[in-house]
Amino acid sequence: MSQTLSNSTSSSPVSALSGPEASGLPVVPEWRRALNKFLGHRGLFIGSVILGFIVLAAIFAPWLAPHDPYVQNISQRMIPPIWHEKGTWEHILGTDKLGRDYLSRLLYGARISLTIGLTAALISGVIGTTLGVLAGYFGGRTDAVISYIITTRLALPVLLVALAMAALVGGSLEMVIILLGLLLWDRFAVVARSTTQQLRDAEFIASAKVLGASTSYILIRELLPNILSALIVVITLEMAHAILLEATLSFLGLGVQPPLPSWGLMVSEGKAYMFFQPWVIAIPGITLMILVLAINLVGDGLRDMNAPEGRN
Amino acid sequence: MPQYALELCDLSRHFQLKNGVFSAPTTLKAVDGVSLRIPPGETLGLVGESGCGKSTLAKMILGLLSPTDGSVLVNDQVISNGNRFALAKQLQPIFQDPYSSLNPRKTIRQIISLPLQLHKVGDKRSQQASVKQMSDLVGLPERLLDQYPGQLSGGQRQRVAIARALILKPSILVCDEPTSALDVSVQAQILNLLMDLKQELGLTYLFISHNLGVVEHLVDRVAVMYRGKLVEQGTREDIFRNAQHPYTQALLSSVLTPEPSLGLPELLDDSAWANAS
Ligand SMILES: Nc1ncnc2c1ncn2[C@@H]1O[C@H](COP(=O)(O)OP(=O)(O)OP(=O)(O)O)[C@@H](O)[C@H]1O
Ligand SMILES: [Mg+2]
Repeated sequence: MSQTLSNSTSSSPVSALSGPEASGLPVVPEWRRALNKFLGHRGLFIGSVILGFIVLAAIFAPWLAPHDPYVQNISQRMIPPIWHEKGTWEHILGTDKLGRDYLSRLLYGARISLTIGLTAALISGVIGTTLGVLAGYFGGRTDAVISYIITTRLALPVLLVALAMAALVGGSLEMVIILLGLLLWDRFAVVARSTTQQLRDAEFIASAKVLGASTSYILIRELLPNILSALIVVITLEMAHAILLEATLSFLGLGVQPPLPSWGLMVSEGKAYMFFQPWVIAIPGITLMILVLAINLVGDGLRDMNAPEGRN
Repeated sequence: MPQYALELCDLSRHFQLKNGVFSAPTTLKAVDGVSLRIPPGETLGLVGESGCGKSTLAKMILGLLSPTDGSVLVNDQVISNGNRFALAKQLQPIFQDPYSSLNPRKTIRQIISLPLQLHKVGDKRSQQASVKQMSDLVGLPERLLDQYPGQLSGGQRQRVAIARALILKPSILVCDEPTSALDVSVQAQILNLLMDLKQELGLTYLFISHNLGVVEHLVDRVAVMYRGKLVEQGTREDIFRNAQHPYTQALLSSVLTPEPSLGLPELLDDSAWANAS
């Protein structure tokens, strides 16, 4: 008791000025609060763990894969997975119709899915954020033109355009990335535009303007960090979107081309066997589903983490 | 020494209001032909009802809004887009809302040193030294420098805003209701700080407020604004003892409404009226 009393009576000028926070209570560091929030959010935790495993599997595929994913072995065709009575430890998840090891193809396929998801989301993130920030910040005619472009883009059915373009240009990994990058920016633009509109009249922006900061400084250094958390949520959504679209395109033969082990392509190659050897499509199909689910859980969780206290 | 620290010549700002697709736009004269002179070292209080154009005037002085007509002179120099950057060293703002005036993603240290970086004053080391010096001056504990604005109280944030405004050593501060977002007890602290700084640094203030109680204790002269126009200005004694214009009298005696058709006004702030009457 005496300690708190003497604290307040013998306060130096500085602590008298600094007011309520001079109470001597321990301060919970920001990162601890963030960590607690992270662990407390079950969806985010589960999603990140699963996603983390898939990312690790993709990165270390060359060391984890028991076989070369491209080596064919006609004598080893359509071996069922280990839980099947005819399964062997040699091929834990079995082999496909060309005798290639399914587990190895699955691991290398994670690389394709994640590469496409990440790069396509980043390309569209750059396009959409640029458009949205410009529209939101400058308003007026700039906003009118960009909003028109956004509306036009929203009027295009993504899958149809992607199919048409892929059919025209021909499928390949790079083509799929560029195509999806050019198609999936609309949500970034909408989110960036509205968050920018909310912030453009904030007094910290006005203060930077009065100080003579250039427009590019204001947009990149003052505004962007404040809308980034909203954009990160969109990145996860669009990553999942891109991964599914890649699988769809590859399934239809217009995306990634054989012999690359894309999961969509694996489903497509297995579809002739799905009645008697359902695992050939079930394994890549379920993996795909788990990946997309994990990304969505992470996205949802990040959105909740960014929400102000007490709003979920 | 310049003749006037701040001089407004016939400054106007009109807004076109679109009422609908078919009706013609109407013009709102937010600021209408305001002329004002503040000699160096003086504190001028600009008072008026909400919506009378005080913030619009401040924005034009700060270059955040271009005037429809008229000009602004800072230390006898006409402001144009060409010398805006240089003038930032002479004229700085303190805004109303300390919750929106600090970038939530930057540390206090980054916020206070930003003006030095933008204006390339000194090297990293001397910049850090002046940040420290400035935070001492405004009574900001040093340990707060590496925190984010979200971790500070309203009064502390306003101290940060004041430190940022002063670090380029400007001679003029434009304060647009710098305390109206704060707690009453904190208001007094911040006002005292502003007055101490004025003494210490010889600053010129344009002090905008709708709170006559605040203005009475701080300013040398008062200018009264009503619907975009200056209706009266004079020394503090003139205005508070011997107001000439009916609007000023009304402002002082609390019977007032900005739009004559709106009926009875709401009291803005009880203390203001209590002090004024
Ligand atoms: N960008 C704008 N477009 C249209 N009208 C505006 C704009 N900015 C301000 N106004 C109008 O100009 C008038 C003056 O606004 P201003 O913000 O300068 O008032 P104020 O005196 O600062 O009021 P307060 O004391 O409430 O802050 C108001 O009627 C307002 O609606
Ligand atoms: Mg105002």
